This record gives sequence, structure tokens and C-alpha cells, in this order.
Amino acid sequence: MVKQITVISGKGGTGKTTLTAAFASLANNALIADCDVDAANLHLILDPVMTSKLDFYGMKMAAIDQNKCSACGLCRSGCRFGAITERFVIDTHACEGCGVCALVCPKGAIVMNEHKAGEVYRSMTRFGPFVHARLGIGEETGGKLVSMVRKNAAEMATMHGNDLIIIDGPPGIGCSVIASISGADLVFIVTEPSVSAIHDLERVIEVAAHFRIKTVVCINRCDINKEKTAYIEDYCRKNGVKVIGKLPLSETPTKAMLEGRTVIEHKDDIFTGTVQDIWYRVHSELFHNSFRPLFQ
Amino acid sequence: MRIAIASGKGGTGKTTVSVNLALSLENAQLLDCDVEEPNCNLFLDHPLQKVKDVGIRVPAISKDKCTSCGKCAEACRFNALAVLLTGVILFPKLCHGCGACSIACPEGAISEVTQVIGSIEKSASHTHGIELYQGVLNIGEPMASPIIHALKGHIDNSRTVIIDSPPGTSCPVISSITGADYCILVTEPTPFGLHDLMLAVDLVKDMQIPYGIIINRHGTGDEGVEDHCSENNIPVLMKIPYDMRIAELYSEGIPFVLRMPRWKDRFLDTFRELQVLTDRC
Repeated sequence: MVKQITVISGKGGTGKTTLTAAFASLANNALIADCDVDAANLHLILDPVMTSKLDFYGMKMAAIDQNKCSACGLCRSGCRFGAITERFVIDTHACEGCGVCALVCPKGAIVMNEHKAGEVYRSMTRFGPFVHARLGIGEETGGKLVSMVRKNAAEMATMHGNDLIIIDGPPGIGCSVIASISGADLVFIVTEPSVSAIHDLERVIEVAAHFRIKTVVCINRCDINKEKTAYIEDYCRKNGVKVIGKLPLSETPTKAMLEGRTVIEHKDDIFTGTVQDIWYRVHSELFHNSFRPLFQ
Repeated sequence: MRIAIASGKGGTGKTTVSVNLALSLENAQLLDCDVEEPNCNLFLDHPLQKVKDVGIRVPAISKDKCTSCGKCAEACRFNALAVLLTGVILFPKLCHGCGACSIACPEGAISEVTQVIGSIEKSASHTHGIELYQGVLNIGEPMASPIIHALKGHIDNSRTVIIDSPPGTSCPVISSITGADYCILVTEPTPFGLHDLMLAVDLVKDMQIPYGIIINRHGTGDEGVEDHCSENNIPVLMKIPYDMRIAELYSEGIPFVLRMPRWKDRFLDTFRELQVLTDRC
């Protein structure tokens, strides 16, 4: 059975991609998937060579045939997303593709068209196979696209005989986060000791608990605020979530990023040594601990 | 005037810019549209009061009238309804509240009930002159946009409105920045920052909203963002340096203009520049 770990953060900018890339370079036989489809960055470090590309179709979109339209207005009053303009043109940014307009149009003037909303890529990298995607600008939040990335990742992992899928997840707690963590064996949350990161950490721990997924927390830049770091440790202890490691504030991640390398490849220092320790602990959580649901 | 703050990528400093800009103005209204993770009030610490719940209208199916004909499930494009021998079941998390099922039902068996997915809150008192409204998405709920729409219903056009958007370039960001007179894109001077900035620029161009850049944590990283901006005539409105003092204040939840007042003038200057750029002075 292929194991899956999803790296998420609640708040953006805490170091998710840095750690995912580091894990990718430390794992022996993993497939990597970038599910932060809205702001995919992992390819900037992994330097993938694409082997195949698939079109992603989102919801079908409504289109009004102006020749048939009698401007009766039923579509406008039926649309709950304000997607039909006064001139009876579909605002594609607002259209959710529900099809109510087509359903109520007495003239049959509205059709629902296939609509390409992004692309999924299967690639190879120096660390193994990689699945990533690009969501079209302004497209619907990528839950569906995330699921397509994960489906391709699972297929590709079976094909290549990988024993682990490392998933870089999106920030937040909504649709694409839920799609990124569902069915994962472990959720790895990266946070930092600031009021906003703590706020988001608490929310995202609840999301993981809601879906009953085993969760560990890593505190990045732990030395910028020692009291807040202690607060996070205490909060995690009370909620049965393991703090799996603490990383110091360091220039290493930015410097490694500028070179397009992982922190592990960039340099051997306290920061990268700690990342390695964290990876060993993650590996043992994944492969040696029996599953124990939290928050029961 | 409505100024939206967006970023492409998370963690670049949107909330920092939103809050510090709002504090530098008089009489601003601040709308926290990052409803998955509303953070503005962590820096203002206003007492909040709930204005209302936000819900979507989901179907309620009458067992007596339903004949399990399946027309509702056929009409639902979100796979939120399934027809079984025993009747129709709803998967509420998949429902977008569009109403297609009730239109499609030939038996009139579907009525609609409100399902709460989040709420709108506002500041009960206006310390620093800021009126704050924020949306909060309930845990486990996937859809942010209905809350953002409801939140934007509270815009006060007599004030300068600062809109803190969610990260990324998808649906909820569009809902947030629609109708803005100007969009400030906050970025950081790294390859990740530049990559996501370019996506965000495509979005605001597509939506025809005038835009400019604020570079946060200036001094770390490289020159990529600045080079890109100067090659493409994108105005760089402000550079906020990488400064331990700012980082420490941030970690404590203290807006840095309150402790480093000269920055208030810098934000005010930027605001005046925006007024000129948008012909609103």
C-alpha cells in the first residue's frame, strides 16, 4: 500500500514548499505531488522534465446564443451567482456552471460548454516522479483539480513502485485543503510562532481532526518568538498532536531557493541537520507506528 | 475608493499591508475577505460582534412527494444528490445552493432550507478609527465565495475601503477584488514571489483593475521582482525592508506603524499616490 503524507500550513509563507522539497530529496522511493495548484512553486526547485500533459476540465460554463435570446430575464432572476449581465452575457468569472439558466430558459438559448480550466503534468525529477498542475487564472478553487493531481499521483506511484507520495498542499482550510488531505496517512503542518500563524494552525488542526487524519506539527522560525513557540507546543500537547520538530530562523531556505535547490542539497548546517532529524521522525510515524485516530 | 490587497502567494504580507495602510488613513473601513483564515483583527484586537450567519439554500426533500424519478440528481452538476431505492440523499458539502434541483423536480417535492456555512462579524468599537468587517468560514466547509459576497454587501462607500483578499488567483480572490478601484499586489523578492506575482498580475490585467506592487521583506532574496517590474512598467509603490523589529512586532500581532510612526507617513504617501493614479484625489 502506498502511504501518503500531505504538508499543509493553515497560513501561507510558513515554509511548506521548502520542507516538501527537502523531504523529496531525503526520501528513497517517493513520488512528489504539488497540490498547491493555485500557487504551485515546487517545480521551481525540482526542475521537472515533463513526460505527459493532461487537460483539466472544470465545470461546464453557460453561454447565451444572442440570436435565440428574447431577453425575458428568467435566467437572470434564476441565477444565484449574479453571473448574467444586463446585456445577457455570461460573466465567466462569476458563473459556477450550475446550469440553472439553461434549465429555465424558455427559448433554449443557453448551452453549457466544456471548458478547459487547467492542466495536469506528469514529470520526472532528480528525486523521482512528480505530478503537478496549473489552474487557469480566476478558475474555481481547485478542489477538483487537486483530486485529479492525486489520482494521477496514485496511478503513477503504482506504475513506478513508489512506497510513498509526498504532497505539497495549499494554505487555508477550504475546498482544496480538504481535497489535499482526505485519505492521507499523515498530515504534516508547518507553522511559525506568530499570532496569525497560530490562529490558522488551530483552525487547520481542527480540519484534520474533522477528517480524522493523524497530524504532526513542525514549528519553523521557532526562535523569533520563544513564548509563542511554547504556546504552540502546549496547545499541541493538549490536543494530542505531536510536535515533530522545531527549526531555527535561517537564511538557508531563501539561499537554496535562489539556487533552485533543496536546503539539503544547498548546505550542511544546523537548519538542514534538523530537517533531516524531522524527516527520520516522519518516516517512522508513517512506516512504523500503527494508526491511532486522534480526537476521539 | 476601494483598494484591494492581493498577492498570488500566501504569506507575503497582505494582512500586514492591509492593516498598516488602514491604520495610516483616517476613517478607513477594513474588509477581511480571507474568510478561510481571517487575520486582520489579530492585529487590531477589536471586540467583535456577529452581524449575521451566512448560509446557502440547500434542498429539503419531502419523502411523501418524492417519487425517486432522479430528475433532481440529473440536474445537479455538483453531484450533491444521489437517488437510491429508499429516496434521495443530499451530500451537503457538495451543494452549491444553486436551486437547479428544485426547478427540475416535477413533483414539487423540494423546498429549500438554509445551511449555515459561516458568518459575518464586525468590530463593536472603532479603536484607531477603523471599522472592521470580517467573514469567517466554518471548519470543514469548502465554499468561501458566498461569505465573501455577503461580506461585500457591508461596504460603506463613504469611506476608504481596504479589502484584504485571500491568497492565490482563483474564485475567492476574484470575488474579493471585483469592483476595486485599485489592486495592490504584495510580493517578496524571491523566485517563488516573482512566479506567483506574475500569476496575480495576469489576473488583475484580465479584470482590468489598475495595480501596483509592494515588495515586502526587501533586502532578502534577489533582484528578480524589481527587474521584472521595471521591464514591464509595473509601479513599485513601496518597499518594506527585511527588519527584525518588524518581524518581532508581527509575531506579537502589533502593526508596525503603531510603534514605528514614520511608516504611517510612508503609507499615507502611497495612498496619495494611488489617489492620483486612479484620479480620485
